[in-house]
Amino acid sequence: MTSDTRTDTDRARTDGELTEQAVVPMPLVRGELPRWAPWGILVASLVVVGGILAATGNFGIGLTLVLGALLYAGATYVVSRFVEGGRKATDRVVTIVVTVAFLIALIPLISVVVTVIQNGLARFDGAFFGNSMRGVVGAGGGGYHAIMGTLIITALAAVMSIPIGILTAVYLVEYGKGRLARAITFFVDVMTGIPSIVAGLFAFAFFALFAGPGIRFGFGGAVALSILMIPVVVRSTEEMLKIVPNELREAAYALGTPKWRTIVKVVIPTSIAGIASGVTLAIARVIGETAPLLIIAGLTTGVNLNPFSGRMTTLPVFAYNSYAAPGVPREPFVDRAWTSALVLIIIVLVLNLLARLVAKLFAPKTR
Amino acid sequence: MSAPTTTPTTVTPSTRPVRQLGDRIFAGSATGAGVLILIVLAGVAVFLIAQAIPAFTASPEELPGGRNLAVYIGPLVFGTLLSALIALVIATPLAVCVALFITHYAPRRLAQGLGYVVDLLAAVPSIVYGLWGVAVLAPASLPFMTWLQDYLGWIPLFAGPVSATGRTMLVVGVTLAVMILPIITAVSREVFLQTPKLHEEAALALGATRWEMIRMAVLPFGRSGIISGAMLGLGRALGETMAVAIILSGSGIITFNLISSSNPSSIAANIALQFPDSTGVAVNTLIASGLVLFVITLLVNSIARWIINRRREFSGAN
Repeated sequence: MTSDTRTDTDRARTDGELTEQAVVPMPLVRGELPRWAPWGILVASLVVVGGILAATGNFGIGLTLVLGALLYAGATYVVSRFVEGGRKATDRVVTIVVTVAFLIALIPLISVVVTVIQNGLARFDGAFFGNSMRGVVGAGGGGYHAIMGTLIITALAAVMSIPIGILTAVYLVEYGKGRLARAITFFVDVMTGIPSIVAGLFAFAFFALFAGPGIRFGFGGAVALSILMIPVVVRSTEEMLKIVPNELREAAYALGTPKWRTIVKVVIPTSIAGIASGVTLAIARVIGETAPLLIIAGLTTGVNLNPFSGRMTTLPVFAYNSYAAPGVPREPFVDRAWTSALVLIIIVLVLNLLARLVAKLFAPKTR
Repeated sequence: MSAPTTTPTTVTPSTRPVRQLGDRIFAGSATGAGVLILIVLAGVAVFLIAQAIPAFTASPEELPGGRNLAVYIGPLVFGTLLSALIALVIATPLAVCVALFITHYAPRRLAQGLGYVVDLLAAVPSIVYGLWGVAVLAPASLPFMTWLQDYLGWIPLFAGPVSATGRTMLVVGVTLAVMILPIITAVSREVFLQTPKLHEEAALALGATRWEMIRMAVLPFGRSGIISGAMLGLGRALGETMAVAIILSGSGIITFNLISSSNPSSIAANIALQFPDSTGVAVNTLIASGLVLFVITLLVNSIARWIINRRREFSGAN
């Protein structure tokens, strides 16, 4: 990695003298700004901008930061251009631009988290986790039915996608050759990009053939989710199986172990940590899906634990519906929507941390 | 142990490999799972087409809006493409900068943590971004949009009049940009990290500044990665449902005016909004629009994959 060549003040001074005394138009050594210069320029530009804005009566934190950043970049370029030359000046400006872009990108992301926590805590209580919405018109009620629906549908989707996904990955890595394997690889990639709402439409179109156009049930949602989940599982498992060293397989074959036992007893145990973490991330990805469930799982106010009959509410759909179609008064509905969003974020966070933990704890010891 | 004096049975070496029963079952089920995926994907296409056919054959009067199917879907396609394009234009440069910051500018100790955070943000459910967009971003961007109308109103994009609620196409685009930013960042970061260290060090050894090193070594190497990341982000933005559905109240018009209160909806959002209340041919029409969306995302993703795969062939030489 690059490290700025720092110079102590002595050398900087000699350099400065050299440049001044040099008669040749292209000196071999250029001056260098002292270490504190960037910070100095930053503070100076913020103060100048803040001062001017305050004097004209337009002071605001956001405006000061935006204009200050612009002035900072401009001032740095000018100063560096005179002391260090054009190339260094460009470098410094790009550093500023990249850093500022990073900070800009952070703003909405932090804002999302803060907003959800602030608004979600209002109803983050026992009642939310214990009650359904049956018979609730105003305040009170909760998301128990939605939480159960999310858990049931996601569990069903996981039960369907994990074996199919892992077996497909095993096929691709251990058995697959030729046209079929290439086709599967390509279409798994294509599946990764299916919009979630199209998956929901497919599940609807499929089940509507048998059960009529009014069909809404939890299992259909699970089917839609597994269409989204399978490619993720295949991809991550495939990557994990690929990094199992071939020596392990060959050692097993040399002992006369049949191929399937080699896979079950050697290859998969070696990569189980990575597979588990990939599966967890896949679950985290589908647990927040809204659109397909809105279409095929529907919405209800009561608890429905049977995925094969009747509508089933899930957390994202509950959040969406509470916000988009609130009753009167509006407040309790909006509060419940934010709390659902908070619960969703927490679930996703926990799943992600779990995945990292699993990957770290059960990683095979390599030498 | 002494040398084996008695060999109980002489094993005759078979000329062809022994295929055990377990082996056959296992290989069969693995292959079966792979084939099942192909069947499912074919099923998606077949069932969507089957359910969309009634919309194609129906007479125009039966369709929602009472006009031609193309007149119904056209504005939706336009809205989908426009919102995704705004998101892409905003998110791509930012994402590249963020990826560069994480890989080449941030202190080493900070870098890995930042990488985790970006991965986490990619996993935040879209409904959360949608709620944030309508509750925080829309009101917060009102002054900015008013400023755009006052000073840049001569550009057709910002002609206004500004929507009073702030629920405009521009806000949708920014929300989608926030959503796809982590995805593009994650892909670009992966590629930037794979830049051959020797190239970077050679550039620095020749006296290049950090930016010159990035321009000469990192960006050329990562260009296809950036493109494919952007395409994947575009695919996600095209198919994004809830954020658009919750922010926009769309109408079937085609306009480039990004900050007024009448906006075209997107395909996915329109399906989510209309589906629960639709019956009969209306359902088939929505499925037909879903089919169009499927084809569009299929094209975008195929191009992205094609670029990634082409790069994979080249990168072996490095």
